[in-house]
Amino acid sequence: MQALLHQILSGLANGGIYASVALALVMIYQSTHHVNYAQGEMAMFSTYFAWTLIDAGVPYWGAFFLTILFSFGLGVLIERVILRPVANAPVLSVVVVFIGLLVILNSLAGWIYSYMIKSFPSPFPNDAWYGSAYMSPHEVGMIGVTLAVLLLVFLFFRFTPLGLAMRAAAQNPVSSRLVGIRVGWMLAIGWGLAGAVGSVAGMMAAPVLYLDPNMMTGVVLYGFAAALLGGIDNPWGAAFGGFIVGVMENIAGAYVVGTELKLTVALVIIIGVLIVKPSGLFGRVLVQRV
Amino acid sequence: MATIDQAASARTGIGVPARHRFGLALLLLAACALPFVLSSYQTFQATMVLVYAIALLGLNILTGFNGQISLGHGAFYAIGAYTAAILIDQSLVPYWATVPIAGFVCLVIGFLFGLPATRLTGLYLALATFALAVATPQILKYHGIEKWTGGSQGIILDKPAAPTFLPLTSDQWLYFVCLIVTVPMFVIGRNLLHGRTGRALVAIRDHPIAAASMGIDTSFYKSMSFGVSALYTGIAGALGAFVAGFVSPDSFMIFLSITLLVGMLVGGVGSIAGAFFGAVFIEFVPNLADQISKAAPWAIYGVFLIGFMYLMPSGVAGLIRYWTSRLKL
Amino acid sequence: MLRRTMLTAAAALAVNAGAARAEETPGVTATEIKIGNTMPYSGNASAYGVIGKADAAYFQMINDQGGINGHKINFITLDDGYTPPKTVEQTRRLVEQEQVAIIFNGLGTAANSAVQKYLNQRKVPQLFVSTGASKWGHPDEFHWTMGWQPDYQTEAKIYAKYILKEKPEGKIAILWQNDDFGKDYVAGIKAVLGDKYDKMVVKDVSYEVADPTVDSQIVTLQSSGADTLVIAATPKFAAQAVRKVYDIGWHPLEFLTNVSISVGSVMNPAGPEKGVGIITAGYGKDPTDPTWKDDPGMQQWRAFMTKYLPDADQSDASNVFGYGVSMTLVQVLKQCGDDFSRENIMKQAANLNDFELPTLLPGIKINTSPTDYYPIQDMHLQKWDGKSWVLFGDVISGS
Repeated sequence: MQALLHQILSGLANGGIYASVALALVMIYQSTHHVNYAQGEMAMFSTYFAWTLIDAGVPYWGAFFLTILFSFGLGVLIERVILRPVANAPVLSVVVVFIGLLVILNSLAGWIYSYMIKSFPSPFPNDAWYGSAYMSPHEVGMIGVTLAVLLLVFLFFRFTPLGLAMRAAAQNPVSSRLVGIRVGWMLAIGWGLAGAVGSVAGMMAAPVLYLDPNMMTGVVLYGFAAALLGGIDNPWGAAFGGFIVGVMENIAGAYVVGTELKLTVALVIIIGVLIVKPSGLFGRVLVQRV
Repeated sequence: MATIDQAASARTGIGVPARHRFGLALLLLAACALPFVLSSYQTFQATMVLVYAIALLGLNILTGFNGQISLGHGAFYAIGAYTAAILIDQSLVPYWATVPIAGFVCLVIGFLFGLPATRLTGLYLALATFALAVATPQILKYHGIEKWTGGSQGIILDKPAAPTFLPLTSDQWLYFVCLIVTVPMFVIGRNLLHGRTGRALVAIRDHPIAAASMGIDTSFYKSMSFGVSALYTGIAGALGAFVAGFVSPDSFMIFLSITLLVGMLVGGVGSIAGAFFGAVFIEFVPNLADQISKAAPWAIYGVFLIGFMYLMPSGVAGLIRYWTSRLKL
Repeated sequence: MLRRTMLTAAAALAVNAGAARAEETPGVTATEIKIGNTMPYSGNASAYGVIGKADAAYFQMINDQGGINGHKINFITLDDGYTPPKTVEQTRRLVEQEQVAIIFNGLGTAANSAVQKYLNQRKVPQLFVSTGASKWGHPDEFHWTMGWQPDYQTEAKIYAKYILKEKPEGKIAILWQNDDFGKDYVAGIKAVLGDKYDKMVVKDVSYEVADPTVDSQIVTLQSSGADTLVIAATPKFAAQAVRKVYDIGWHPLEFLTNVSISVGSVMNPAGPEKGVGIITAGYGKDPTDPTWKDDPGMQQWRAFMTKYLPDADQSDASNVFGYGVSMTLVQVLKQCGDDFSRENIMKQAANLNDFELPTLLPGIKINTSPTDYYPIQDMHLQKWDGKSWVLFGDVISGS
């Protein structure tokens, strides 16, 4: 029983990482209706930026916020420079551009920082009161941060004019332009925000996963599964999906199919969700009008 | 009546214009001469180009003509390769029989995968196939089937030798085997794609609702195109296994699927000739990128990719089409 | 007229003799020896590409010192992205197009497996492969293939023997990477425990390189009630494992694979106090271990690094590995004298006697013979004390 509880809590900790990646994916989807395959690499790259700052002596929270700014800028830059030219291209071209981005970021990180793992500090003290043998203080803190970011994102999209404008721009660019929304900049900001959220995910994950250029490649698939499961256009759903995926992965690995088929579990989740309920648990069902 | 039929077939393009036929015959002759002109290593590379071309045609059938994005064709390539390897390893059939068997196995699996996939569109399908590609190496390593697959050790294959009455080296023989498979597969593919089936596929890609309302059985065609696409890629995988002489889970990681996608896009989506251009790109450009930058070869590769998307969105084939129409060849 | 004919004949003879000599000694000219290598410079094993760079730098140093017997080393290294089909392609290119003399220090079990048959059929030495899989030391089957580092099964056997001696009632748990590397450890433990295996090993779980963490696996292992843990994991996962074991309050007797004992990239990131008491078997000196701070052998290595690889990370043990294995090859070539034919190179590789490297732990020597294709088989147990790896006991022979 204790072992089961332990697996579940450990799963929730991992789920926190998946949830934050899923959140960034949902953000990009909500603002641009694209799936960002390079999300993991962007997060990893931002985390390396943070590491560089910390290594140079900048205190943790200073580096944290500077990295968020940097990632926002990186996201905007990517949207404006790399994605703008293929904005009207077929989906396939966009997918390839994402993949090119993924490959470039991964390779650059490896070249600049080498492939040896680096440790990344955690802002949560090792002996905090909320830690236990089941979940380290950082893992608890990570879940807390994920939920806080989630809340901020939700409030932003729901209750601010800018958030509304962004959602409009993604859903109906033509009409949005007609009411005066600068659609181009909405997309760019969407990417910037997603980059920022991704960087938080990376900085939270790095103390647990250890920082190396391939840190996020394993996580991204689970992040996709989480985003799909929860509903690709629903931030709450994505986060919830993340936690579910994390726990399911652990339970399946420990008790059901063994650790040798964990990735297959992710595959089955993805396919299962897509077949049974493509809009995810909490997403909206899209009706296609003829 | 006869003239109307002729006119109709010329418009729909089933018949090949005479000057094209001459050009193709020349190409075929050149292809047959290659292994005697090139070194052993270069013949090996040329053989890989043929193998990739078949795989890319397969992917193009599904993604280019039918519009279903697949980021997981590496999985079908792997299934084809392993089918051939296991059959040879267990000495069940002679090597040339493994190729059609591998193709058939992939046809079935592709069709079965395609059935539920008909409900998925665009990026959802891309995600599902992406997951398939990532999970494939792990499935291949599964200890439950280790007895046959060799687990993470993989299976070593003997290179098929030329029959004794032919004075060919193993490399040359393998090249011809691949050529003998490539040519009919492309001919069949071309006839398929330029005929009724092809038009149905394209209709489903461009206007699925209109196609359905015109009576085209979209589900059937979509699943079938998955199956046929997998068949092509599986055959390529089987041939590729013989060329490399070795299969292991590490040979079929996600990068293979990405490479195939890249090859199709560079060659030209929806273009049959594009399969060859794409195959050449896949085979030779990574080495080029390697020479440009030892430190970050994939970064160079990524730059190539993005550059291609900007400059040549319809691929090399599209570029050639553009220039030939400009120059009215 | 006669003289001209004689001269032409003599010239023809000389050219033919030269050509014949070139055929007998591919990759060798009067002034250079071509050595081929494949390494993952891209892809998810690219961390090991550092070894290739270290090899190249070492040969550069040898060339600066005049080469070997007047021959400079032309080291050609190609990227195979850790995918076996690419390894096959690059190896064929090296052998057939570049016409190298030998293939040296190729990295990866799958990669080397893919080309082993090809190289042996062509009688090309596949020397000092950069993997610890136990399959490389079989001269009767594969005369031209030889490993270098102590193989993983030998290392696992050493751990198993230790457990039998010091903790015969122990309940063992194993964490292993789901590939040849991890499986070799399980096999080694099985080989020593024999029929005691089922009783003593209460749980073994694997993980994939693609997994984000191994936390779930550690939890599973703890719940099995084991009091001994063998970690057969690569650096990132080893660090996660060491940290998690400590964090959940589990204190088993831990064994850690030699692959992951780097102070800089495993023990410190995990948390130096979290690994106290872990036992490993070592054969090389760790560049970040304070024990070897003033060691003359490591000073020699550091001087080499500063001069020839100034931008490299001196805490990366792969640089020590590359240095050592290249030095071994240079010794083999020196022993060749004037004859750099493939046969002779292979013969000299199987003829190393008590060869010492400045970067090997004291007492560990390299020995090969026509029936012994495992150059390094000795290891020395060491224990982590929170700051460094402290040697204890004697040098253990794995043979």
